[in-house]
Amino acid sequence: MFQMHASRWPVRGAYGRGLVSVGLIIMVSMFLAGCGVNNIPTYEEQAKASWSNVLNQYQRRADLIPNLIETVKGFAKQEREVLREVVEARGKATSFQIPKDILTNPESFQKFQQLQGSLSSALARLIAVSERYPDLKSSQNFLTLQTQLEGTENRIAIARRDYIEAVKLYNTELKTIPGRWWKMFVYPDAKEMEGFTVEAEKTKTPEVKF
Amino acid sequence: MVVCSLMDHGSRVVVLLMLLRFMHRLFCFNFLFPCRCQARLSFVAPFFLVLIGGFELISGKAFAASPDYPVLSGRVVDQASILTAEEEFELVKLLQAVEGRSTDQIVVVTVASLQGYPIEDYSIGLARHWGIGQAGKDNGVVLLVAPKERRVRIEVGRGLEGLLPDALAGLIIQRRILPAFRKGDFAGGIRAGVEDIRASLLGNKEEVALRAKKPAQKIDSYLPFIFVAFWLIPFIYFISSLNRDRRVSGRVPGGVVIVPGGFGRVEDSWSGPGGFSRRSGGGFGGGFSGGGGGFGGGGASGSW
Repeated sequence: MFQMHASRWPVRGAYGRGLVSVGLIIMVSMFLAGCGVNNIPTYEEQAKASWSNVLNQYQRRADLIPNLIETVKGFAKQEREVLREVVEARGKATSFQIPKDILTNPESFQKFQQLQGSLSSALARLIAVSERYPDLKSSQNFLTLQTQLEGTENRIAIARRDYIEAVKLYNTELKTIPGRWWKMFVYPDAKEMEGFTVEAEKTKTPEVKF
Repeated sequence: MVVCSLMDHGSRVVVLLMLLRFMHRLFCFNFLFPCRCQARLSFVAPFFLVLIGGFELISGKAFAASPDYPVLSGRVVDQASILTAEEEFELVKLLQAVEGRSTDQIVVVTVASLQGYPIEDYSIGLARHWGIGQAGKDNGVVLLVAPKERRVRIEVGRGLEGLLPDALAGLIIQRRILPAFRKGDFAGGIRAGVEDIRASLLGNKEEVALRAKKPAQKIDSYLPFIFVAFWLIPFIYFISSLNRDRRVSGRVPGGVVIVPGGFGRVEDSWSGPGGFSRRSGGGFGGGFSGGGGGFGGGGASGSW
């Protein structure tokens, strides 16, 4: 009995063992992938991609502003204060050097958010002031700019929401169990990312209007 | 990515099979692999399966608070019932012709209520939920009308933002759609808006030809087949190993094998045809479904 086994093995062995080990490697790699060894880098890349979309949309808004300023200036010269505020806020927001580690650095992230927030409020004031000038309001140029600005603000809101979602996924992966172990052994450098804090007025539940 | 997801599913299958085998040993799992020995605890086993299936489903889907969206029953979804059957039919023909020429998908939706959401939020959610437009081209447009809230929005897919920029969408709403809506002529306003959207999308012939070109078929569409192969190989191996066991102990091989389903991730990742196959009211043949186009918030809204 024993001898029969011994004589059987060497004949199939050369291929058999190779196949077994290849199979084992495939199984192990599949098993690792199934346990989420790739999740942390995948989610990290997704979060970074959504972040660059957020930056894109903010840049788009900044690019719109000079045109808007010119148009408003033509009709409402006396609103110098509001115009100056917008220009200043834009200057500050665009000249802010975004550090490389902004996503994992709460301070610079807060700073960025605050600068963009003050630009948002300055712009909102400018639009509110423009309502007082019927000529301006009815000019085609201004209407177009206003539509573009609204569209950009909408895109910013959506880009921010997508980014928050992506970061949530990534941070949860870092904190929950299989991901936590992978972080410990494979990705010790992975750090949690910052999410946007939603302004107070946006957190209130939508009201139904009739 | 494809390889990874395959590995992912493959390893799930392996784990599942290991589990099944284990249960077979423990409980003599009659349901899946009939054998002679009496099953004392076999009634427990299906619950395990259901449990596994449940986990798979949950892990594949993210739960987020979102409005209830209407079912994508066709190119025109008239939930608010402001269009007659003929008007709807005319619109569907027009929209179908656009997709035939440039593969752009335009969908007209009228909703009974925005459920308290701002139209911008509702519209992007709906457009993404339906996946209007072709995947990769992101060439979908959704014209959303909410008569109750007196709001209208044109939601433009990422790939069409250049052809139908916010300012143009705003103009179409202000100049063409709203004047008719103010007179109470919903069908006329929608028709005028759709015609203008069509004109702006099909305006440049070269651009249209470029967009209409079929993209190279991606491996994603083969995924199910590869997956099935991945599924089957270990399964066959498993079955044959069972049979071997049986031969050794002199059991009778054979029986029906029921393949457990419920792999939520796979169903999510392949956007094949099917899903929405209800015919639209106008009687336009064949089902219509979104191709998985992406939206980034382009477009404009207006109110009357």
